[in-house]
Amino acid sequence: MTNHAQRNLLHAYLDDELDLVRSMDLEDHLAECGDCANEVASYRALREGVMTISLRYEAPEELRSRLLTEIREQERPQIEHVVVQRRVPWWSWAAVAACLLVASVSFMLDLGQRRERTLMKEVVTDHVRSLMAAHLTDVPTSDQHTVKPWFTGKLDFSPEVRDFSADGFDLVGGRLEYVEGHSAAAIVYQRHKHVINVFTWPSSGSDEAPRAIAQQGFNLVEWKQAGMYYCAVSDLNRQELAEFSSMLRRQAAPSL
Amino acid sequence: METSQDASKKVARFEAVILPHLDAAYNMARWMTRNSGDADDVAQEAMLRAFRFFDSFRGENGRVWLMTIVRNTCLTWIRRQMPQQNSAEYDERLHTDLEASLTPESEFLRQATSEQVRRAIEQLPPEFREVILMRELEQLSYKEIAAVTQSPLGTVMSRISRARAMLRQFIAGQRRREVKQQ
Repeated sequence: MTNHAQRNLLHAYLDDELDLVRSMDLEDHLAECGDCANEVASYRALREGVMTISLRYEAPEELRSRLLTEIREQERPQIEHVVVQRRVPWWSWAAVAACLLVASVSFMLDLGQRRERTLMKEVVTDHVRSLMAAHLTDVPTSDQHTVKPWFTGKLDFSPEVRDFSADGFDLVGGRLEYVEGHSAAAIVYQRHKHVINVFTWPSSGSDEAPRAIAQQGFNLVEWKQAGMYYCAVSDLNRQELAEFSSMLRRQAAPSL
Repeated sequence: METSQDASKKVARFEAVILPHLDAAYNMARWMTRNSGDADDVAQEAMLRAFRFFDSFRGENGRVWLMTIVRNTCLTWIRRQMPQQNSAEYDERLHTDLEASLTPESEFLRQATSEQVRRAIEQLPPEFREVILMRELEQLSYKEIAAVTQSPLGTVMSRISRARAMLRQFIAGQRRREVKQQ
Protein backbone atom coordinates (compact mmCIF):
# COMPACT_ATOMS: atom_id res chain seq x y z
CA MET A 1 0.00 0.00 0.00
CA THR A 2 1.27 3.47 -0.81
CA ASN A 3 1.60 6.21 1.75
CA HIS A 4 -0.91 9.08 1.92
CA ALA A 5 1.01 11.54 -0.19
CA GLN A 6 1.49 9.04 -2.93
CA ARG A 7 -2.11 7.94 -2.78
CA ASN A 8 -3.25 11.52 -3.40
CA LEU A 9 -0.84 11.63 -6.29
CA LEU A 10 -2.36 8.49 -7.80
CA HIS A 11 -5.69 10.26 -8.11
CA ALA A 12 -4.16 13.43 -9.45
CA TYR A 13 -2.38 11.23 -11.98
CA LEU A 14 -5.64 9.54 -12.98
CA ASP A 15 -7.26 12.95 -13.35
CA ASP A 16 -4.45 14.27 -15.52
CA GLU A 17 -3.65 16.91 -12.93
CA LEU A 18 0.06 16.15 -12.55
CA ASP A 19 2.70 18.04 -14.43
CA LEU A 20 4.90 16.19 -16.88
CA VAL A 21 7.83 15.60 -14.53
CA ARG A 22 5.66 14.29 -11.69
CA SER A 23 3.72 12.05 -14.10
CA MET A 24 6.90 10.51 -15.40
CA ASP A 25 8.20 9.97 -11.88
CA LEU A 26 4.98 8.27 -10.91
CA GLU A 27 4.96 6.09 -14.01
CA ASP A 28 8.48 4.96 -13.12
CA HIS A 29 7.20 4.08 -9.67
CA LEU A 30 4.18 2.21 -11.04
CA ALA A 31 6.47 0.12 -13.26
CA GLU A 32 8.26 -1.10 -10.15
CA CYS A 33 5.53 -1.23 -7.52
CA GLY A 34 2.80 -3.81 -8.08
CA ASP A 35 0.62 -2.51 -5.21
CA CYS A 36 0.44 0.97 -6.64
CA ALA A 37 -0.16 -0.34 -10.15
CA ASN A 38 -3.08 -2.39 -8.79
CA GLU A 39 -4.48 0.66 -7.05
CA VAL A 40 -4.37 2.70 -10.22
CA ALA A 41 -6.03 -0.10 -12.19
CA SER A 42 -8.73 -0.47 -9.57
CA TYR A 43 -9.53 3.24 -9.45
CA ARG A 44 -9.46 3.47 -13.20
CA ALA A 45 -12.04 0.68 -13.32
CA LEU A 46 -14.10 2.53 -10.71
CA ARG A 47 -14.08 5.68 -12.79
CA GLU A 48 -15.03 3.75 -15.90
CA GLY A 49 -17.82 2.06 -13.99
CA VAL A 50 -19.12 5.36 -12.68
CA MET A 51 -18.76 7.22 -15.95
CA THR A 52 -20.61 4.68 -18.09
CA ILE A 53 -23.68 5.12 -15.92
CA SER A 54 -25.79 8.17 -16.48
CA LEU A 55 -25.83 9.74 -13.06
CA ARG A 56 -26.72 13.33 -13.88
CA TYR A 57 -30.10 14.67 -13.01
CA GLU A 58 -31.56 17.22 -15.36
CA ALA A 59 -33.43 20.24 -14.11
CA PRO A 60 -37.19 19.82 -14.54
CA GLU A 61 -38.69 22.02 -17.29
CA GLU A 62 -41.10 23.37 -14.72
CA LEU A 63 -38.25 24.74 -12.60
CA ARG A 64 -36.63 26.35 -15.62
CA SER A 65 -39.77 28.20 -16.66
CA ARG A 66 -40.56 29.20 -13.09
CA LEU A 67 -37.09 30.74 -12.79
CA LEU A 68 -37.40 32.56 -16.11
CA THR A 69 -40.69 34.11 -15.05
CA GLU A 70 -39.33 35.09 -11.67
CA ILE A 71 -36.19 36.67 -13.09
CA ARG A 72 -37.98 38.56 -15.84
CA GLU A 73 -40.45 39.80 -13.27
CA GLN A 74 -37.61 41.80 -11.75
CA GLU A 75 -37.32 44.11 -14.75
CA ARG A 76 -41.05 44.53 -15.36
CA PRO A 77 -41.94 47.44 -13.04
CA GLN A 78 -39.48 49.71 -14.82
CA ILE A 79 -40.74 48.68 -18.25
CA GLU A 80 -44.31 49.57 -17.32
CA HIS A 81 -43.05 52.85 -16.03
CA VAL A 82 -41.43 53.68 -19.36
CA VAL A 83 -44.52 52.71 -21.36
CA VAL A 84 -46.83 54.81 -19.21
CA GLN A 85 -44.54 57.78 -19.43
CA ARG A 86 -45.02 58.00 -23.18
CA ARG A 87 -48.81 58.16 -23.01
CA VAL A 88 -49.34 60.64 -20.20
CA PRO A 89 -48.25 64.29 -20.55
CA TRP A 90 -45.31 65.20 -18.34
CA TRP A 91 -47.11 67.92 -16.37
CA SER A 92 -49.60 65.46 -14.93
CA TRP A 93 -46.68 63.59 -13.40
CA ALA A 94 -45.39 66.84 -12.05
CA ALA A 95 -48.78 67.50 -10.50
CA VAL A 96 -48.88 64.02 -8.98
CA ALA A 97 -45.37 64.47 -7.69
CA ALA A 98 -46.25 67.82 -6.16
CA CYS A 99 -49.29 66.34 -4.42
CA LEU A 100 -47.23 63.43 -3.16
CA LEU A 101 -44.57 65.79 -1.92
CA VAL A 102 -47.08 67.91 -0.02
CA ALA A 103 -48.75 64.82 1.38
CA SER A 104 -45.51 63.21 2.46
CA VAL A 105 -44.11 66.39 3.97
CA SER A 106 -47.24 66.94 6.03
CA PHE A 107 -47.25 63.28 6.94
CA MET A 108 -43.61 63.50 7.99
CA LEU A 109 -44.29 66.65 9.98
CA ASP A 110 -47.17 64.96 11.72
CA LEU A 111 -45.06 61.87 12.28
CA GLY A 112 -42.22 64.03 13.55
CA GLN A 113 -44.50 65.82 15.97
CA ARG A 114 -45.97 62.60 17.21
CA ARG A 115 -42.50 61.13 17.62
CA GLU A 116 -41.39 64.22 19.47
CA ARG A 117 -44.33 64.02 21.84
CA THR A 118 -43.50 60.41 22.71
CA LEU A 119 -39.85 61.31 23.17
CA MET A 120 -40.68 64.20 25.51
CA LYS A 121 -42.99 61.96 27.49
CA GLU A 122 -40.29 59.33 27.79
CA VAL A 123 -37.70 61.84 28.93
CA VAL A 124 -40.06 63.25 31.55
CA THR A 125 -40.92 59.74 32.76
CA ASP A 126 -37.22 58.97 33.11
CA HIS A 127 -36.72 62.21 34.98
CA VAL A 128 -39.59 61.46 37.40
CA ARG A 129 -38.41 57.90 37.92
CA SER A 130 -34.91 59.11 38.74
CA LEU A 131 -36.38 61.29 41.52
CA MET A 132 -38.74 58.68 42.91
CA ALA A 133 -36.79 55.47 42.95
CA ALA A 134 -33.83 56.86 44.86
CA HIS A 135 -31.81 56.04 41.81
CA LEU A 136 -30.77 59.48 40.78
CA THR A 137 -27.20 58.57 39.95
CA ASP A 138 -25.08 55.56 39.14
CA VAL A 139 -21.99 57.59 39.89
CA PRO A 140 -22.68 60.14 42.64
CA THR A 141 -19.98 62.75 42.61
CA SER A 142 -19.60 66.44 42.04
CA ASP A 143 -16.29 65.93 40.30
CA GLN A 144 -16.68 66.20 36.54
CA HIS A 145 -13.38 64.37 36.11
CA THR A 146 -14.91 61.33 37.79
CA VAL A 147 -18.24 61.39 36.01
CA LYS A 148 -16.93 61.68 32.46
CA PRO A 149 -14.51 58.71 32.62
CA TRP A 150 -17.19 56.64 34.35
CA PHE A 151 -19.20 56.63 31.13
CA THR A 152 -16.26 55.42 29.09
CA GLY A 153 -16.77 51.77 28.30
CA LYS A 154 -20.45 51.97 29.20
CA LEU A 155 -21.39 54.11 26.23
CA ASP A 156 -20.00 54.39 22.73
CA PHE A 157 -19.84 58.16 23.04
CA SER A 158 -18.44 60.59 25.57
CA PRO A 159 -21.06 62.90 27.11
CA GLU A 160 -20.45 66.50 28.05
CA VAL A 161 -19.99 66.84 31.83
CA ARG A 162 -19.36 70.28 33.33
CA ASP A 163 -19.23 71.79 36.76
CA PHE A 164 -21.31 74.95 37.12
CA SER A 165 -21.23 75.13 40.91
CA ALA A 166 -19.79 78.65 40.72
CA ASP A 167 -23.02 79.63 38.97
CA GLY A 168 -25.25 77.84 41.42
CA PHE A 169 -25.76 74.63 39.46
CA ASP A 170 -24.09 71.75 41.27
CA LEU A 171 -23.01 68.59 39.52
CA VAL A 172 -24.59 65.64 41.33
CA GLY A 173 -23.51 62.70 39.20
CA GLY A 174 -24.26 60.58 36.15
CA ARG A 175 -26.55 57.74 35.26
CA LEU A 176 -27.05 55.37 32.35
CA GLU A 177 -30.42 55.62 30.65
CA TYR A 178 -32.20 53.92 27.82
CA VAL A 179 -34.25 56.35 25.78
CA GLU A 180 -36.01 55.74 22.47
CA GLY A 181 -34.29 52.44 21.94
CA HIS A 182 -30.74 53.58 22.46
CA SER A 183 -28.33 54.13 25.34
CA ALA A 184 -28.19 57.61 26.72
CA ALA A 185 -26.23 59.43 29.37
CA ALA A 186 -28.12 61.32 32.04
CA ILE A 187 -26.00 63.99 33.73
CA VAL A 188 -27.58 65.20 36.93
CA TYR A 189 -27.29 68.76 38.22
CA GLN A 190 -29.01 70.52 41.06
CA ARG A 191 -30.13 74.11 41.62
CA HIS A 192 -31.22 74.62 45.24
CA LYS A 193 -33.76 71.80 45.66
CA HIS A 194 -34.43 71.33 41.97
CA VAL A 195 -32.89 68.41 40.14
CA ILE A 196 -31.97 68.81 36.49
CA ASN A 197 -31.51 65.74 34.30
CA VAL A 198 -29.60 66.35 31.10
CA PHE A 199 -30.19 63.48 28.69
CA THR A 200 -27.75 63.21 25.84
CA TRP A 201 -26.92 60.82 23.03
CA PRO A 202 -25.36 61.00 19.55
CA SER A 203 -27.64 62.29 16.84
CA SER A 204 -27.23 62.76 13.13
CA GLY A 205 -28.13 65.96 11.35
CA SER A 206 -27.11 69.56 11.76
CA ASP A 207 -27.23 71.69 14.89
CA GLU A 208 -30.61 72.82 16.14
CA ALA A 209 -31.26 75.87 18.31
CA PRO A 210 -32.70 75.24 21.77
CA ARG A 211 -36.45 74.90 22.12
CA ALA A 212 -38.32 75.27 25.38
CA ILE A 213 -41.18 72.83 25.94
CA ALA A 214 -43.54 72.36 28.83
CA GLN A 215 -44.65 68.80 29.49
CA GLN A 216 -46.67 67.44 32.41
CA GLY A 217 -45.68 70.36 34.59
CA PHE A 218 -41.97 70.05 33.85
CA ASN A 219 -39.82 72.32 31.78
CA LEU A 220 -37.69 70.94 29.02
CA VAL A 221 -35.08 72.47 26.78
CA GLU A 222 -33.79 70.45 23.86
CA TRP A 223 -31.17 71.19 21.22
CA LYS A 224 -28.68 69.57 18.90
CA GLN A 225 -25.07 70.50 18.96
CA ALA A 226 -21.95 69.00 17.38
CA GLY A 227 -23.60 65.68 16.57
CA MET A 228 -25.20 65.27 19.98
CA TYR A 229 -28.79 65.60 21.12
CA TYR A 230 -29.40 67.24 24.49
CA CYS A 231 -32.54 67.49 26.55
CA ALA A 232 -32.55 69.16 29.94
CA VAL A 233 -35.55 68.34 32.16
CA SER A 234 -36.42 69.88 35.47
CA ASP A 235 -39.12 71.33 37.66
CA LEU A 236 -36.96 74.42 37.74
CA ASN A 237 -38.60 77.53 36.36
CA ARG A 238 -38.38 78.15 32.68
CA GLN A 239 -36.07 81.15 32.94
CA GLU A 240 -33.41 79.45 35.04
CA LEU A 241 -33.49 76.25 33.00
CA ALA A 242 -32.94 78.31 29.84
CA GLU A 243 -29.96 80.02 31.52
CA PHE A 244 -28.53 76.68 32.53
CA SER A 245 -29.00 75.30 29.01
CA SER A 246 -27.19 78.18 27.40
CA MET A 247 -24.29 77.77 29.83
CA LEU A 248 -24.08 74.12 28.94
CA ARG A 249 -24.26 74.96 25.25
CA ARG A 250 -21.41 77.40 25.51
CA GLN A 251 -19.31 74.84 27.35
CA ALA A 252 -20.18 72.04 24.96
CA ALA A 253 -19.12 74.06 21.94
CA PRO A 254 -15.96 72.55 20.50
CA SER A 255 -13.02 74.49 21.94
CA LEU A 256 -10.75 76.10 19.40
CA MET B 1 -35.02 54.95 -18.45
CA GLU B 2 -31.46 53.98 -18.00
CA THR B 3 -32.18 51.78 -15.01
CA SER B 4 -34.79 49.77 -16.88
CA GLN B 5 -32.34 49.26 -19.73
CA ASP B 6 -29.74 48.17 -17.22
CA ALA B 7 -32.21 45.79 -15.64
CA SER B 8 -33.16 44.12 -18.91
CA LYS B 9 -29.49 43.97 -19.87
CA LYS B 10 -28.79 42.26 -16.58
CA VAL B 11 -31.56 39.72 -17.20
CA ALA B 12 -30.33 39.04 -20.74
CA ARG B 13 -26.78 38.59 -19.55
CA PHE B 14 -27.85 36.33 -16.71
CA GLU B 15 -29.85 34.21 -19.14
CA ALA B 16 -26.85 33.94 -21.45
CA VAL B 17 -24.07 33.33 -18.92
CA ILE B 18 -25.60 31.64 -15.87
CA LEU B 19 -28.87 30.02 -16.86
CA PRO B 20 -27.19 27.46 -19.20
CA HIS B 21 -25.70 25.92 -16.03
CA LEU B 22 -29.08 25.29 -14.46
CA ASP B 23 -28.69 21.55 -15.05
CA ALA B 24 -25.37 21.53 -13.22
CA ALA B 25 -26.96 23.51 -10.39
CA TYR B 26 -29.93 21.19 -10.17
CA ASN B 27 -27.74 18.08 -10.38
CA MET B 28 -25.70 19.23 -7.41
CA ALA B 29 -28.78 20.19 -5.42
CA ARG B 30 -30.38 16.83 -6.25
CA TRP B 31 -27.38 14.81 -5.09
CA MET B 32 -26.77 16.87 -2.00
CA THR B 33 -30.39 16.83 -0.82
CA ARG B 34 -31.01 13.29 -2.09
CA ASN B 35 -34.62 14.01 -3.02
CA SER B 36 -36.30 15.88 -5.84
CA GLY B 37 -38.63 18.08 -3.79
CA ASP B 38 -35.86 19.72 -1.78
CA ALA B 39 -33.57 19.78 -4.82
CA ASP B 40 -36.14 21.93 -6.57
CA ASP B 41 -36.31 24.38 -3.67
CA VAL B 42 -32.56 24.54 -3.14
CA ALA B 43 -31.80 24.97 -6.85
CA GLN B 44 -34.39 27.71 -7.18
CA GLU B 45 -33.12 29.51 -4.09
CA ALA B 46 -29.54 29.29 -5.37
CA MET B 47 -30.48 30.59 -8.83
CA LEU B 48 -32.39 33.55 -7.43
CA ARG B 49 -29.55 34.29 -5.07
CA ALA B 50 -27.17 34.15 -8.03
CA PHE B 51 -29.39 36.64 -9.86
CA ARG B 52 -29.43 38.97 -6.88
CA PHE B 53 -25.64 38.82 -6.59
CA PHE B 54 -25.09 38.90 -10.34
CA ASP B 55 -23.60 42.39 -10.15
CA SER B 56 -20.67 40.88 -8.27
CA PHE B 57 -19.98 38.46 -11.16
CA ARG B 58 -16.81 39.69 -12.84
CA GLY B 59 -17.03 37.63 -16.00
CA GLU B 60 -14.94 34.74 -14.72
CA ASN B 61 -16.09 31.13 -15.20
CA GLY B 62 -19.90 31.29 -14.96
CA ARG B 63 -20.27 27.63 -14.05
CA VAL B 64 -17.73 27.82 -11.22
CA TRP B 65 -19.32 31.05 -9.97
CA LEU B 66 -22.78 29.49 -9.94
CA MET B 67 -21.57 26.22 -8.39
CA THR B 68 -20.08 28.19 -5.50
CA ILE B 69 -23.48 29.68 -4.74
CA VAL B 70 -25.28 26.36 -5.21
CA ARG B 71 -22.82 24.62 -2.92
CA ASN B 72 -23.29 27.21 -0.18
CA THR B 73 -27.06 26.93 -0.49
CA CYS B 74 -26.78 23.13 -0.25
CA LEU B 75 -24.56 23.31 2.81
CA THR B 76 -27.01 25.64 4.52
CA TRP B 77 -29.79 23.19 3.75
CA ILE B 78 -27.78 20.23 5.06
CA ARG B 79 -26.87 22.06 8.24
CA ARG B 80 -30.53 22.82 8.79
CA GLN B 81 -31.49 19.19 8.21
CA MET B 82 -29.04 17.52 10.53
CA PRO B 83 -27.39 19.86 12.95
CA GLN B 84 -26.50 16.96 15.23
CA GLN B 85 -24.39 15.03 12.75
CA ASN B 86 -20.73 15.08 13.55
CA SER B 87 -18.90 14.42 10.33
CA ALA B 88 -15.47 14.23 11.95
CA GLU B 89 -16.55 11.18 13.89
CA TYR B 90 -18.07 9.68 10.78
CA ASP B 91 -14.79 10.27 9.02
CA GLU B 92 -12.61 8.46 11.45
CA ARG B 93 -14.69 5.32 11.39
CA LEU B 94 -14.61 5.22 7.61
CA HIS B 95 -10.95 5.91 7.58
CA THR B 96 -9.99 2.90 9.69
CA ASP B 97 -12.25 0.66 7.63
CA LEU B 98 -10.55 1.79 4.49
CA GLU B 99 -7.07 1.18 5.74
CA ALA B 100 -7.90 -2.42 6.59
CA SER B 101 -9.62 -3.23 3.32
CA LEU B 102 -8.14 -4.97 0.34
CA THR B 103 -8.09 -3.56 -3.16
CA PRO B 104 -11.24 -4.85 -4.90
CA GLU B 105 -10.98 -6.56 -8.25
CA SER B 106 -11.17 -4.19 -11.19
CA GLU B 107 -13.73 -6.34 -13.03
CA PHE B 108 -15.89 -6.30 -9.97
CA LEU B 109 -15.96 -2.50 -9.95
CA ARG B 110 -16.46 -2.11 -13.65
CA GLN B 111 -19.63 -4.18 -13.51
CA ALA B 112 -21.27 -2.21 -10.72
CA THR B 113 -24.90 -1.50 -11.52
CA SER B 114 -26.19 2.03 -11.66
CA GLU B 115 -28.28 1.32 -8.57
CA GLN B 116 -25.16 0.28 -6.63
CA VAL B 117 -23.21 3.34 -7.74
CA ARG B 118 -26.09 5.67 -6.92
CA ARG B 119 -26.54 4.24 -3.46
CA ALA B 120 -22.80 4.40 -2.82
CA ILE B 121 -22.59 8.09 -3.79
CA GLU B 122 -25.61 8.93 -1.65
CA GLN B 123 -23.95 7.20 1.29
CA LEU B 124 -20.90 9.47 1.12
CA PRO B 125 -20.70 12.24 3.73
CA PRO B 126 -21.52 15.60 2.10
CA GLU B 127 -17.96 16.93 1.97
CA PHE B 128 -16.88 13.84 0.01
CA ARG B 129 -20.05 13.54 -2.04
CA GLU B 130 -19.61 17.06 -3.39
CA VAL B 131 -16.10 16.45 -4.72
CA ILE B 132 -17.23 13.24 -6.45
CA LEU B 133 -20.07 15.19 -8.07
CA MET B 134 -17.84 17.99 -9.20
CA ARG B 135 -15.07 15.72 -10.44
CA GLU B 136 -16.86 12.71 -11.95
CA LEU B 137 -20.21 14.19 -12.95
CA GLU B 138 -19.40 17.81 -13.73
CA GLN B 139 -15.82 17.12 -14.83
CA LEU B 140 -14.46 20.15 -13.02
CA SER B 141 -10.69 20.45 -12.74
CA TYR B 142 -8.96 20.42 -9.33
CA LYS B 143 -8.44 24.14 -9.64
CA GLU B 144 -12.12 24.74 -10.31
CA ILE B 145 -13.14 22.53 -7.39
CA ALA B 146 -10.74 24.47 -5.19
CA ALA B 147 -12.42 27.69 -6.33
CA VAL B 148 -15.93 26.38 -5.63
CA THR B 149 -15.07 24.96 -2.22
CA GLN B 150 -12.77 27.84 -1.38
CA SER B 151 -10.10 25.45 -0.20
CA PRO B 152 -6.45 24.86 -1.18
CA LEU B 153 -5.54 22.45 -3.97
CA GLY B 154 -3.94 20.06 -1.50
CA THR B 155 -7.23 19.73 0.35
CA VAL B 156 -9.07 19.08 -2.89
CA MET B 157 -6.56 16.41 -3.80
CA SER B 158 -6.86 14.56 -0.50
CA ARG B 159 -10.66 14.92 -0.48
CA ILE B 160 -10.88 13.33 -3.91
CA SER B 161 -8.56 10.57 -2.86
CA ARG B 162 -10.56 9.84 0.30
CA ALA B 163 -13.87 10.15 -1.49
CA ARG B 164 -12.91 7.62 -4.14
CA ALA B 165 -11.58 5.23 -1.51
CA MET B 166 -14.93 5.39 0.30
CA LEU B 167 -16.89 5.09 -2.90
CA ARG B 168 -14.94 2.03 -3.95
CA GLN B 169 -15.47 0.51 -0.54
CA PHE B 170 -19.21 1.16 -0.54
CA ILE B 171 -19.66 -0.32 -4.01
CA ALA B 172 -17.55 -3.36 -3.22
CA GLY B 173 -19.45 -3.83 0.04
CA GLN B 174 -22.81 -3.76 -1.71
CA ARG B 175 -21.70 -6.16 -4.41
CA ARG B 176 -20.28 -8.57 -1.90
CA ARG B 177 -23.52 -8.52 0.09
CA GLU B 178 -25.59 -9.11 -3.01
CA VAL B 179 -23.37 -11.98 -4.22
CA LYS B 180 -23.72 -13.62 -0.81
CA GLN B 181 -27.50 -13.34 -0.90
CA GLN B 182 -27.77 -15.06 -4.28
